[in-house]
Amino acid sequence: MKRVYNFDNLDCANCAAKMEEKIKKIPGVTNASVSFFAQKLVLEGDEARWDEILKEAANAVKTVDSDCTLLVK
Amino acid sequence: MIQKLTKKQKKTLLRILSSGVLLASLMILGWTGVLPEAWYFRLPLFLTPYGIVGWDVLWKAIRGIRHGQVFDETFLMSIATIGAFCIEEYPEAVFVMLFYQLGELLQNIAVGKSRDSIASLASMRAEEAHVFRGGELVTVSPEEVSVEEVILVRPGERIPLDGVVRDGESELDLSSLTGESMPQAVSAGNCVYSGAINCGGVLEIIVTKPYEESTVAKILELVESSALSKSKAEGAVTKFAKWYTPTVVIAALLLFAIPSIITGDVLRWLRTALVFLVVSCPCALLISIPLAYFGGLGSVSRQGILVKGANHLEALSELDTAVFDKTGTLTEGKFRVFAIRPVDGVEEDQLMELAASAEKQSNHPVARAILEALGDKPVPDADSLEELPGRGISAACEGKRLLVGNRRLMEENQIAVVQPEEFGTLLYIAFDGVFYGSIVITDAVKESAVFALSELRREGVRKIVMLTGDRLETADRVAKIVGVDDYHAELLPLDKVRHVEALLSEKRGTLLFAGDGVNDAPVLALADVGVAMGAIGSDAAIEAADVVLMDDDPQKISAAVRIARFTKRIVRQNIAFALAVKFVVLLLGVIGFSNLFVATFADVGVAVIAVLNAMRTLAYKAKK
Repeated sequence: MKRVYNFDNLDCANCAAKMEEKIKKIPGVTNASVSFFAQKLVLEGDEARWDEILKEAANAVKTVDSDCTLLVK
Repeated sequence: MIQKLTKKQKKTLLRILSSGVLLASLMILGWTGVLPEAWYFRLPLFLTPYGIVGWDVLWKAIRGIRHGQVFDETFLMSIATIGAFCIEEYPEAVFVMLFYQLGELLQNIAVGKSRDSIASLASMRAEEAHVFRGGELVTVSPEEVSVEEVILVRPGERIPLDGVVRDGESELDLSSLTGESMPQAVSAGNCVYSGAINCGGVLEIIVTKPYEESTVAKILELVESSALSKSKAEGAVTKFAKWYTPTVVIAALLLFAIPSIITGDVLRWLRTALVFLVVSCPCALLISIPLAYFGGLGSVSRQGILVKGANHLEALSELDTAVFDKTGTLTEGKFRVFAIRPVDGVEEDQLMELAASAEKQSNHPVARAILEALGDKPVPDADSLEELPGRGISAACEGKRLLVGNRRLMEENQIAVVQPEEFGTLLYIAFDGVFYGSIVITDAVKESAVFALSELRREGVRKIVMLTGDRLETADRVAKIVGVDDYHAELLPLDKVRHVEALLSEKRGTLLFAGDGVNDAPVLALADVGVAMGAIGSDAAIEAADVVLMDDDPQKISAAVRIARFTKRIVRQNIAFALAVKFVVLLLGVIGFSNLFVATFADVGVAVIAVLNAMRTLAYKAKK
């Protein structure tokens, strides 16, 4: 499945690139794209593992930039 | 300007200003000799402005290390400035941090500004809808209105949902949808699209689509997701950044360690290493390239051109071959009366009325064109209407025989005709056995089509081809008017695919196919850039194409190409500029001619300049 999430306070382009790379490495993720300008993450991956994926993605975001939050609705 | 800043930005600005004033006064005191030279006296004094402006950078760097983020820009800046303090370059240390923060603030403001102007596109969504429920007018959000309900749109309001006008007359401003500034007149029975502004009277509209399927929702979805598909340039830069930073940092370490051991001049090489660290952030590239494409996308959408992603904008900039469908793309796709040629002694109106009276009952496109041209004028009655397949219509009018049809019909009735000079579908009219004249009906070539093609050539498009399912004769005619290099007629959809495949194999850049999107889906998908024309109200076209023109003006294609080329130029300028400056500064550092002031400019200054340069794409106006 594929869903789009918003960021809060994503203010560094380099960080966005790093987050994208980290999120892509999460098991179950088939594709991920972080847009610095749209402040959005497009996440594609295994539906069965979706909750864990989301948790790990939010963690990855925090690791790269602790001021930035992934808004998981 | 200052009022527009966010709270966070204002705070940062205040910190930069106070730190700057402190630094300047300390430096003046230093030069005039008032300040004692001893380090234990100077260090705390300079640490004050440093702390004011840079504490959050240091804090972020520390937290970054804990998370294993070593090559983070905050880390690099912290190391560089702490290093500068170690070699007693106090003013430099404060300056680097100050300038870094100033650069970050400027970028932040610039990026925010671009984002806002894209977001203003989103303002084409109406916030509320006035709907009639149980005899009362209630105001709800557009999502809550269902199909078949009747909404009221007052002058000055945006139409919240797609629908058909039930009552009222008005003019609509479609500029946010199509980029077209000429208002469109609407009255009862007309379809209206959400996102248009009502500039005239009150309209009552029967809703035909729920909000999620309405034009405005579709466009917003497209605009939002367009920022998510990335250009090749962006991908390349991201990859480049991945090895650039570690490489420069390792170079800095080696540059410090090896020559220091050999020459023993530790300070000299530590200074060089610090220069390397400051220059090691690839931010100028990482921000400015997506920003340029982001601006380019915003710029095209202001013209009523929706490009579904930076990658498609990039493909447009390399356009080499343009393939056009004929009907509805280069021509209007609608039959119209082109010329009325009565014989001497017969009035134009009389000829038209006679033709109309015979064609009144017919559903044929030719008949509709005549009735439309006649407008509201009364049509004389005709009886004993008889349709003669492949010939025309025979009728009786005022007791006399009326013949309206093609040449064959006239020949069969031994009526001599005069063929008009104009090209198109010819309709001959004979009344009471006498030839009265002819009417020429054509699918006219769009006025803008000729300009559109010549503009594309000016933009460097090498080959322009027209593909059509229409007859060879018609295709030949249109091809000559608009000036294509090659054309193929009488094609089935599969033939079009075959032709496009052949063109794809011989192209040098990218290939574009433009069609009205109705039955061209396979070719739209096959082309590097598929352009769907006149997409308002056509969901299929929006799905299949990479570029969607909201109206059906082919000139918009050349406008899009122009913006795409401009964007690409900006991106190239930024890459060249950033890399050149950084490289020169690194080189100067090695031979000992660089200092931290220069390095800070090479990093932060370049980033700010690149961002400002990238923002030009947003303001770019494609000249008509």
